[in-house]
Amino acid sequence: MKKSLLLIMTLVLSITLAACGGGNNAPANTPNNTAGTNGGTNSGTGNKPEETTDKELEGSILAVGSSAMAPLVEQAANKFMDENGKVTVLVQAGGSGTGLTQVSEGQSDIGNSDIFAQEKFKDDEAAKADELVDHQVAVVAMAAVVNPAVGVDNLTKDQLVQIFNGDMKNWSEVGGADQEIVIVNRPSSSGTRKTFESYALGAASPDLPGQIQEESSGNVKKLVSETPGAIGYLALSYLDDSVTALSYDGIEPSEDNVKSGKYPIWAYQHMYTKGEPNEIVQAFLDFMLSDEVQNNDVVELGYIPAAAMTITRDVDGNVSPK
Amino acid sequence: MKERVTLEHPKVNLEHPKVKPSKQHLTEEWVGKLYTWFCIIFLIITIFSMVYFVASRGSATFIKNGINVWEFITGTTWQPDAKPPILGALPFIFGSFSTSIMAALIAAPLGFCAAIFMTEIMPKYGRRYLQPVIELLAGIPSVVYGFVGLSVIVPFLRDTFPGQGLGLAAGALVLSIMILPTITTIATDALSALPGGLKEGAYALGATRWQTIYRIVLPTTFPALMTGVVLGISRAFGEALAVQMVIGNAPFLPRSLFDSTSTLTSVITLSMGNTVAGSAHNNALWSLALILMLMTFVFVFIVRWLERRTKV
Amino acid sequence: MSAKLANRIATVVIIAMALFIVAILVGLLGYILIRGLGHVSFDFLTSVPQTIRAGGGIGPQLFNSLFLLVLTLLITVPLGVGAGIYMSEYAKANRFTDFIRLVVEVLSSFPSIVVGLFGLLVLVQFFGLGYSLFAGALALTVFNLPLMVRITEQAIRSVPKEQKEASLALGLSRWKTITSIMLPIAMPNILTGTILASGRVFGEAAALLFTAGMSSPRLDFTNWNPFSPNSPLNPFRPAETLAVHIWKINSEGLAPDAAEIAAGASAVLVIVVLLFNFTARFIGGYIHRKFTASK
Repeated sequence: MKKSLLLIMTLVLSITLAACGGGNNAPANTPNNTAGTNGGTNSGTGNKPEETTDKELEGSILAVGSSAMAPLVEQAANKFMDENGKVTVLVQAGGSGTGLTQVSEGQSDIGNSDIFAQEKFKDDEAAKADELVDHQVAVVAMAAVVNPAVGVDNLTKDQLVQIFNGDMKNWSEVGGADQEIVIVNRPSSSGTRKTFESYALGAASPDLPGQIQEESSGNVKKLVSETPGAIGYLALSYLDDSVTALSYDGIEPSEDNVKSGKYPIWAYQHMYTKGEPNEIVQAFLDFMLSDEVQNNDVVELGYIPAAAMTITRDVDGNVSPK
Repeated sequence: MKERVTLEHPKVNLEHPKVKPSKQHLTEEWVGKLYTWFCIIFLIITIFSMVYFVASRGSATFIKNGINVWEFITGTTWQPDAKPPILGALPFIFGSFSTSIMAALIAAPLGFCAAIFMTEIMPKYGRRYLQPVIELLAGIPSVVYGFVGLSVIVPFLRDTFPGQGLGLAAGALVLSIMILPTITTIATDALSALPGGLKEGAYALGATRWQTIYRIVLPTTFPALMTGVVLGISRAFGEALAVQMVIGNAPFLPRSLFDSTSTLTSVITLSMGNTVAGSAHNNALWSLALILMLMTFVFVFIVRWLERRTKV
Repeated sequence: MSAKLANRIATVVIIAMALFIVAILVGLLGYILIRGLGHVSFDFLTSVPQTIRAGGGIGPQLFNSLFLLVLTLLITVPLGVGAGIYMSEYAKANRFTDFIRLVVEVLSSFPSIVVGLFGLLVLVQFFGLGYSLFAGALALTVFNLPLMVRITEQAIRSVPKEQKEASLALGLSRWKTITSIMLPIAMPNILTGTILASGRVFGEAAALLFTAGMSSPRLDFTNWNPFSPNSPLNPFRPAETLAVHIWKINSEGLAPDAAEIAAGASAVLVIVVLLFNFTARFIGGYIHRKFTASK
């Protein structure tokens, strides 16, 4: 008995020791430099990427952040890893906030975010946003959705604002069925909600008693499709027959309308790096922006290629043609 | 009566000077002591570090962001992104307590009945069939409970009662099924630990079975039964995923039994990933976690107090 | 109302409640299994999850759950048994022992999300382990350890005193008595308890959301080198377990068959936990019969 106990403990100890030692060669999810960064670039990985004579990339990348972006980045990462056999790309969800925190503190190479960094890092933390370099890899558009039984397919901006402020209580006031309006909002910290508030409502919507708040789009869709009188908002990739997508001020939430700038409810998908990215991260970011990803994965997953937009928009909402 | 010689008898000593323990014995004893001491120290380090880290993050709200503790606990408005942030955690504290206590109110009678069934009414069948059932219920993971709650209980509530189905009632119902095994198991143990003489005396005096249960068994085991209930409440208090799926998550005090509301655990699960470490919002969530941790201690103390009062 | 009538009514009510509980369980299990089992196939159990296409499976997640369980047990069994031995053999009845008991009770009652947050703060960020199996295993240790301690302590206390005294009388040292005589006798109880605790570990999700992560890197099942990032045996890689995957699919599911995958995964999870329970009971009963020579 004693021998086997000792054996087990030795095994545990040796695995721990070996793994800690081997951890320096393991992928960047064992960042060893949380205590102070190396200043700017190369601050995420324990590996320095090498370039062999036949230009083969080697190393690892850690991308953390928005769970909405995770499917896209994962799919692109798989393709990237297929083409570069010695590279490992790890994608983690955890929320835009987590992503920005981790990239800013050097624990990850890339921070995926649904919103501009300046919107999360405010006031005394604004300096942190300045250190981050933005790479806009796609555009996600969203639409207000309602339960199909409501019978409405268009709402003006004013009507939306009134609904989300709680001033309007019944769908009959806008020509729909006689049903109580049930709001399915997102938590106040959600990037999706900020986007909707900035570009669809023009102002923050208050948390109201009796409101339902859900974090994930899957849950929102399920609730809107099952709850009579429900209204929420979803990215275009989630739309299907179980919910009715609303036009905004008469403009349909179609891709073409977004690209031309007519339909305003959309946001960039950002991949932030701290300072300029190192070689291997840059290669991955270039890959994300390449036609291979932009015209295939981006579109397949329901996003709009960043390059297809005819207008651009900055953090303050100023729109200008490209 | 002859005194029984135990190993701790002062006159019989393993380390008696005339019998020196062999070297092998000494090493073995040292190995044993070191090994077990190490394990205990590991336990202690774990808990101290947990308390320290959660407390240090949680108290940042009060120290760094300057929020008043009393206002935090009693305030009803929760706007962590406002400038300055308004942090009133009462809706969550109320939500946690009300769902847990309601869950216990539903589960306790069921649990006691199951326990009485297994010990008094049909001990043979009870043990063979009901006990495995209870154990199986205990083994179902909480994610599955949340998932079933969302698919079955919420539509049911939505169709039968006012409201959207999501809310306080849904949370309490899901939690009650989850804590039923806890209450039942402890109640069963308490009831079967009762000395038989107590019940037999009552029967001998002509009491019916129900009278015996109602007047003798239950009052005597009451502290032990309460222990089970408190442990159940404690488990419900700490449940996160299943509750978050069905409670609606509006950061307000519920206006009715079927109103959407939040608990301490649900708001943490919902918002933690979206907040940036070090921000006021993030610190506020850590403070909620601190409250959760403190409540764990409170529950443990209540259980210990109850155990001391168990007279059997 | 006469006492006899009250007795009858009470009996009926109690039996009804007991039947109600059985009905709840049958309904619950039936719902999960019926909805899910139809989707479960060998393909489902071994293929990789798909993000937006149908036909995804739970292979890596199932493996992760099992591997995480093994890792957790590797850490908690030696520690828990050691601490349990201390509590039953070496501890004196003083305040320090009381304190340790308090520690064990509190640790086992911590809300799982607090443990997960602690894991995030300390293991993932402070110690830099990142989202990894190792961080997840350490977080699960916080739950599992108190359980193991309690199980071991009870098991060792239930060893007949005569065995221990006989062994000491024959000249074995105390430690040798514990390891060679008492532990083997207590082993069936410890084993049963461990298997039951494993069921709990297997189904845990809240603590793992923030420590083992919600994604799994591409696993190359032919690579068994624990230090390579693609190897399934590397404990420093993120590892989404089955329970976390169910949570994720329910929340984010983009694939058209997300609901079926979630149902199938739930069914698999429940079945595995049931298996653990049955195995524990079976082994416990078997060894009990062997030891006490009852039929």
